[in-house]
Amino acid sequence: MPLHVAVATRAFKRYSTYVGATLAGIFTNCVFGVIICFVYLEVWGSNPDAGGYDVTDALTYVWLGQAMIMTVAVWGGGSPDDLAERIRSGDVAIDFYRPVGILGWYLAADLGRAAYHLLTRGLAPTVIGGLLFDLRYPDGVGTWLVFLAAIPVAVTVSFALRMLASLTAFWLLDDVGPRMLLGFVALFFSGLTVPLVILPGMLRDLAFALPWATFLQVPADIWLGKTTGWEIVEGFAFMSGWAVVLLGLCSLVLRRAERRVVVQGG
Amino acid sequence: MSLIEVTDLRRTFTVRRRAEGSRRKQRTEVVAVQDLTFGIDAGEMVGYIGPNGAGKSTTIKMLTGILVPTSGRISVAGVDPSRNRTTLARRIGVVFGQRTSLWWDLPLRDSFDLLQKIYRTDPARHRTNLAEFLELLDLGELLDTPVRQLSLGQRMRGDIAAALLHDPEILYLDEPTIGLDVVSKGRLREFLRALNRERGTTLMLTTHDLQDIEALCRRVIVIDHGTQVYDGTLAGLHERGGSHRTVVVDLVDEAPPISVAGAVTRRVEGPRQWLSLPAGASAAPVVAALAASYDVADLSIQEPDIEDVIRELYSRAPSG
Amino acid sequence: MVDYGRIASLWVRASMAYPASFWMMAVGSFLMTGLDFVAIWVLLRNVDDLGGFSLTEIGFLYGATGLGIAFADLFVGRVDRLGQMIRTGRLDTMMTKPVPLLVQVCADEFALRRFARVLQSSIVFVWASTYVDWSLPRALVAAEMVVSGSLIFFSLFVALACVQFWTADSSEVANAFTYGGNQVTQFPMSVFPSEIVKALTFVLPIAFVNWYPSLYILGRDDPFGLPRALQFASPVAAALFLGVAALAWRTGVRHYRSTGS
Repeated sequence: MPLHVAVATRAFKRYSTYVGATLAGIFTNCVFGVIICFVYLEVWGSNPDAGGYDVTDALTYVWLGQAMIMTVAVWGGGSPDDLAERIRSGDVAIDFYRPVGILGWYLAADLGRAAYHLLTRGLAPTVIGGLLFDLRYPDGVGTWLVFLAAIPVAVTVSFALRMLASLTAFWLLDDVGPRMLLGFVALFFSGLTVPLVILPGMLRDLAFALPWATFLQVPADIWLGKTTGWEIVEGFAFMSGWAVVLLGLCSLVLRRAERRVVVQGG
Repeated sequence: MSLIEVTDLRRTFTVRRRAEGSRRKQRTEVVAVQDLTFGIDAGEMVGYIGPNGAGKSTTIKMLTGILVPTSGRISVAGVDPSRNRTTLARRIGVVFGQRTSLWWDLPLRDSFDLLQKIYRTDPARHRTNLAEFLELLDLGELLDTPVRQLSLGQRMRGDIAAALLHDPEILYLDEPTIGLDVVSKGRLREFLRALNRERGTTLMLTTHDLQDIEALCRRVIVIDHGTQVYDGTLAGLHERGGSHRTVVVDLVDEAPPISVAGAVTRRVEGPRQWLSLPAGASAAPVVAALAASYDVADLSIQEPDIEDVIRELYSRAPSG
Repeated sequence: MVDYGRIASLWVRASMAYPASFWMMAVGSFLMTGLDFVAIWVLLRNVDDLGGFSLTEIGFLYGATGLGIAFADLFVGRVDRLGQMIRTGRLDTMMTKPVPLLVQVCADEFALRRFARVLQSSIVFVWASTYVDWSLPRALVAAEMVVSGSLIFFSLFVALACVQFWTADSSEVANAFTYGGNQVTQFPMSVFPSEIVKALTFVLPIAFVNWYPSLYILGRDDPFGLPRALQFASPVAAALFLGVAALAWRTGVRHYRSTGS
């Protein structure tokens, strides 16, 4: 366990060296946040109850979304990208011979990265959004804690999905395609383009069942106080369920890949 | 008028540095090269040498027009490189040893095709040149390999072919043999010699490997700390610098200092002895004499180091 | 231009060496960029109109700005890799070649699959166009709009990439202006406060990408009561953008060549 903490710390430090890029990213998040807020002000202005959200919920959702983009790595990136690079270069063989599991190692690194992004690109847009617009905040310490607890689970689900896309590099010549497509799907089904709550009927049910719902919609509903009591337990069961299933899938694929690398020598 | 003319060339960079004891960053001028004056005639092969950071790459960048000089004048084939960079580009070839001008993800063949389009080389001429270089540089079988899969030596050969496909009059090589193994180095030098002999291509190469110079260049220009410290023949450089090669001999038994004609024993340590001989001289007679009169277990020859030569140059001839 | 075509065509040929990968990326990005418009459709299902504009009108705006950024991205999108080209020394090797530097930078690794985005935007644009009451002047303004819009985004890509001559970490800021500019023009300006609209008209004239010409084509009055002449001024805005981009590029290259870093 201390090893994984060290791996996570190192990842945190590595990302914290890019100060310029972080500031640039925060600026970008804010520009997009402002644009979407004005659109939602218009939408909820003429339909004050769309998707069961009021206008304050909707605006808060926008800034939570901007905060989660990098934290959960909706678009892709993070340690699975490093792995893809190592698969392409063949360095991955070294990873297989390490006495620690690949999955745990890379997950720790990604959580370290997420921690850094949460503190910078998560926190800053939320604060700036709060200064520009009237937002809603968790109504008690309990809600804060539950929200914060949901983030690592969301990151883990996202990590497992990104990992699966990266692992295609073992079999495909070009793994950029799967990773890019995953990014587009995630963008929509995470609720980053529009809140999942306003999707029509079937599409909404589908979106709520898919793993991407854990990225933003589920944590946001906790923050906004839409999920309370038992529903929180259900929410966590849903998130952890996806995390376990997807991590299991990852380790299955990894085992196949290992056989391929170790037996055939790459 | 020479093909390449450099007059009073100077280049300074402004760097911002934190002065000692102060927290504020200060702007300081750093001189990369200064007072460079030389001319290179068509068909020459010139070695441009100096230790790391001496200003070799800065000079090449100015000669190719990438970098604008702070002051001084450059004329390459009658043209000012910094003003007419793209016009001049057709007439020169450039190889940077540590980077490639090939396209990483494309097979070698596509990179060459792309260059034909960029330079608008006559297709027939391109084909003849390509066929010749593939043969001479032994690249034929690698044509369909993506560049990223090539070894360093293979890539360097690819890069050299790429720089020559448009029939340049001048070829600049920045550290062409860096990181290559002995065999690859040898083949590369062989090729460059032939190129100069048969096509009359003017060659200017920067290197810190004296053997490159020995194999290729009659003339060397030495630069150190941005200043030209020598311009002349390699033999003259050795003479001026008093540099020497060292023969390291391991005898079977310990012995008093060896005495053979043409070499001086500098150091004795048990059965191992160090003999030095002038850098211009051949080691063969010395080795033969040694083998004839001593029981030699092992023997190696150390070439003079460029840094040593330059250091000697300073200590011996402070007048420059 | 000719050089661009020659270099780009070779990259297309090279990417066709892996047809499966090419088609997967092309079809994939076509479908996925489509989700973008689905999001707008979803929003419009919850309300009758957005800022007084119907779904088909917003589709027209969306298609027009989409075409602009898609063409710009297809032809010069690679310029955002400038910082990387500087770091790896690739830019130096390009400078020793007899083709204008900007052409080489933009044509490098030209990817035809980016055409998927042009296609997606075209489909929305054509669909929305069927609801427009066309006339010859309107058609001319529409053609001028797409050209000007492309040139504006083209200039934004280039001008913002030039910042990388000074600092490598700036490509994310560029996104705020290019993709942010695209996002903001996907919606009618009437959604935004008048200060923002004025800023997007007179300070950073991105509204000329689609908003002003579309007001004319759709036969709508300007909700902010700005002069009607603006509706024909997109080419002027495009020329301004191009001028700034050219200046930025020249300054950037000069800086690079005088510092070597």
